[in-house]
Amino acid sequence: MTSSDYLKDIKEIKHLMNKSSRFISLSGLSGIMAGIYALVGAWFARQELGNAYAVLNDKYIYGGRSAFIEEITFNLIVIAAIVLCLAIITGIILTQRKARKNGEKIFDKTALKLLINFLIPLVTGGIFTLILLQKGQVGLVASTTLIFYGLACVNASKFTVGHVKYLGFANIILGLIATQYVGYGLYFWAIGFGIFHIIYGGLMYILLERTAK
Amino acid sequence: MSIINNINKAFDHRIRLGIMSILMVNEYADFKTLKELLSVTDGNLASHTKALEKVEYIKVEKQFIGRKPNTRYSATPLGKVEFKKHIEALEQLIRKSE
Repeated sequence: MTSSDYLKDIKEIKHLMNKSSRFISLSGLSGIMAGIYALVGAWFARQELGNAYAVLNDKYIYGGRSAFIEEITFNLIVIAAIVLCLAIITGIILTQRKARKNGEKIFDKTALKLLINFLIPLVTGGIFTLILLQKGQVGLVASTTLIFYGLACVNASKFTVGHVKYLGFANIILGLIATQYVGYGLYFWAIGFGIFHIIYGGLMYILLERTAK
Repeated sequence: MSIINNINKAFDHRIRLGIMSILMVNEYADFKTLKELLSVTDGNLASHTKALEKVEYIKVEKQFIGRKPNTRYSATPLGKVEFKKHIEALEQLIRKSE
């Protein structure tokens, strides 16, 4: 063997260590489902905001305006929470199914690493969003959630199929654009969490899962 | 001389090197995973895992997942030590020839 053969060996070793230590059972289908939930959630939120404008334009509203705004905000948070929970539960179920099919454990070291690295930016963003709401800065909530979600995807991409980082980049850019269009947050939200997820999940499903069969 | 001694004959094959690489960073891997990661045939993989098992560098466990038999492999402490030595020797050889 020549030294270039040895070098090739080392490269191959590195490649295999990398490839085998990432959590690759993430289901593309769960991305599509998450996108659909997000769009449905956006539709409900749109209804809620529609009601809000109707009532706020009414000069003879009983009770305080701020109490009403609080109620709307609460409803919006509930919608967001339901969407998030549904997306996570579906994600876990579908990933579990895929992992079982591949004969892998759903919760191995790679999954744990993936989860921790995904959650660090996401939880930070979640807390920051709650603070924005607390301070009444509703206008920047959509951008903030999109940006932090994007960062979470980029961070997690090192521990799963690398393609996730493109979903992350797309959401970060969208989030930054959304800062310039305060008041249209819901539409950006629907694009980022809804349409991007559906496109990304669909691509993953076609690229990785169908070819695997 | 010592460098040559550390080049381990048991690893002197692309597929064996691959099996060990995967088992170094993963607690264990099953037959199918190894096969897919290394893109080799069943028979080819089986003969190489057997060779590594014989020198006790890897451990083989057979079990059932549902009704399907499942064979999983893990690196033994001996295998890990020997593999590290082998890689260090490879790196030294590369450095020397540069």
